[in-house]
Amino acid sequence: MSQAPLLTRMLVLLVMSATPAEAEVLVADTSRRHVAITTGFTGTDVLLFGAVEGAGDIVVVIRGPAETVVVRRKQRIAGVWANTDSVVFQDAPNFHQLATSRPLEEIADPGTLRQLNIGADNLEFTPAPRDRHRSSLEIEEFRKALVRNKRTDGLYDTKPAPVSIISERLFRTPVHFPANMATGNYTATIYLFRDGAAVQLIEKPIVVQKSGFGAEVYTWAHDRAPLYGAAAIVVAIAAGWLAGVIFRNV
Amino acid sequence: MHIYLPIAEMSVNIFLICGMGGMIGFLSGLFGVGGGFLMTPLLIFIGVPAPVAVGTEANQIVASSVSGVLAHWRRGNVDFKMGAVLVAGGFAGSSLGVFLFKQLQTVGQIDLVIRLCYVVFLGAIGGLMLYESIRAIRRSRAIGARRGKLHQHNWLHGLPLKVRFRRSKLYISAILPFGIGAGVGVLSALMGVGGGFIMIPAMIYLLGMPTSVVVGTSLFQIIFVTANVTFLQAVSTQTVDVVLALLLLAGAVVGAQFGSKYSVQMKGEQLRGLLSLMVLAVCAKLAFDLVARPDDLYSIAPIVGH
Repeated sequence: MSQAPLLTRMLVLLVMSATPAEAEVLVADTSRRHVAITTGFTGTDVLLFGAVEGAGDIVVVIRGPAETVVVRRKQRIAGVWANTDSVVFQDAPNFHQLATSRPLEEIADPGTLRQLNIGADNLEFTPAPRDRHRSSLEIEEFRKALVRNKRTDGLYDTKPAPVSIISERLFRTPVHFPANMATGNYTATIYLFRDGAAVQLIEKPIVVQKSGFGAEVYTWAHDRAPLYGAAAIVVAIAAGWLAGVIFRNV
Repeated sequence: MHIYLPIAEMSVNIFLICGMGGMIGFLSGLFGVGGGFLMTPLLIFIGVPAPVAVGTEANQIVASSVSGVLAHWRRGNVDFKMGAVLVAGGFAGSSLGVFLFKQLQTVGQIDLVIRLCYVVFLGAIGGLMLYESIRAIRRSRAIGARRGKLHQHNWLHGLPLKVRFRRSKLYISAILPFGIGAGVGVLSALMGVGGGFIMIPAMIYLLGMPTSVVVGTSLFQIIFVTANVTFLQAVSTQTVDVVLALLLLAGAVVGAQFGSKYSVQMKGEQLRGLLSLMVLAVCAKLAFDLVARPDDLYSIAPIVGH
């Protein structure tokens, strides 16, 4: 990935900060552009840091790629809990983590946050065409359930990390990427809020990829499924035969 | 020490998985059973998605059956002709099973069906085994136990397409073993088991095969059926995790060796009684999860390929 646009942007920002007329100035970056899910992966922290000119609140949002999700509801049938109803959402981000310098509700009002898609409770999802006829009340019930389940899985803002601001200028916050996160293109967006309004934002891409042996296995399993299946059988037969021979005389 | 499972997409403790493999391997060595019907629920209990547990377990059973069949082959305890008919049925049944699996997964009922199958079959088999072993223990205390007929003749023996199975000393319709193979094949695909716990009683009571060739022949057919399931699941649902399968296997082969050593020191009826209690315990846990109100009535799942 080229560093040029970033450097240009930082230079521009530095030049801007030199001009006293430009008050809202924000610079930020992430410690990593790339998160590799390796065989030993148990989750990792990415550090977001930057500097801000003057007072204000910092809100950091990490958004994962959107995915199509089905939300199912269970009902008791003949004593057994079974899925009976479902709603499909087309564009739910698979990840949405938050870090703020103050509690979110003190920084901006819900309307603003909803407009900017900040905070899991303020996310809007589009129901699939087959579910558009449903009442908004029903859809809302399923939307809340999606957010709740994502929180339980640790993928939506569970405990918003604090952004620590040092001497009203430098800020930093670690964002946790858990082991069960999906691969894809993530974006870290850093917002500067003043008087309840976002005055500036910076976006940084973070790519999450499987890497190493696990990535090979996953790619094979999905792109060359027949070959993978055959290989799985051959490996199993070889391992079983080996075990049988080793323990033959034990 | 943790390892990231590429298909299950979760991070697990490597010692927990090997330990589970070892424990189930020990039990399978001790009781002479495949262990798939205990391993798949255990994998579900630790949080492996049910479809991945089923697909992966099929793969592991291929390996453990290969190592098991070798010993029986050396002793000549495999009826290959009977095995071939069972395999033919098993291929048909397990292909149908994987197709059903995919359909159920699409409509969101696969977890329920897997669990229901387990509750029904573990309950029935566990109950029967417990009843049998209690009766056997009682009878062994009484003097002069009676011995029944080798096998009974009923309408099943009147079916056409009769074939002679030399090693099993049988002259029966091929439709019968084909049907049994197919039925067990469906269950094998849906439940991630070899199906020995159904196949073996069926071979003894329905087909009337001599017990000496039952285990070897069952293992022989399980290799092919689970290999078919592994392949079809890998192609249609991508739920076979080879890393998980190999970890389980590593534990299982070691555990099985210890298990088979201990089994010599215990009585058959007591072993079966113990196994049946364990089977019933797993069944009870699964049944409880089905009827207990879940923490969240809603669940989410990504839809791939839309």
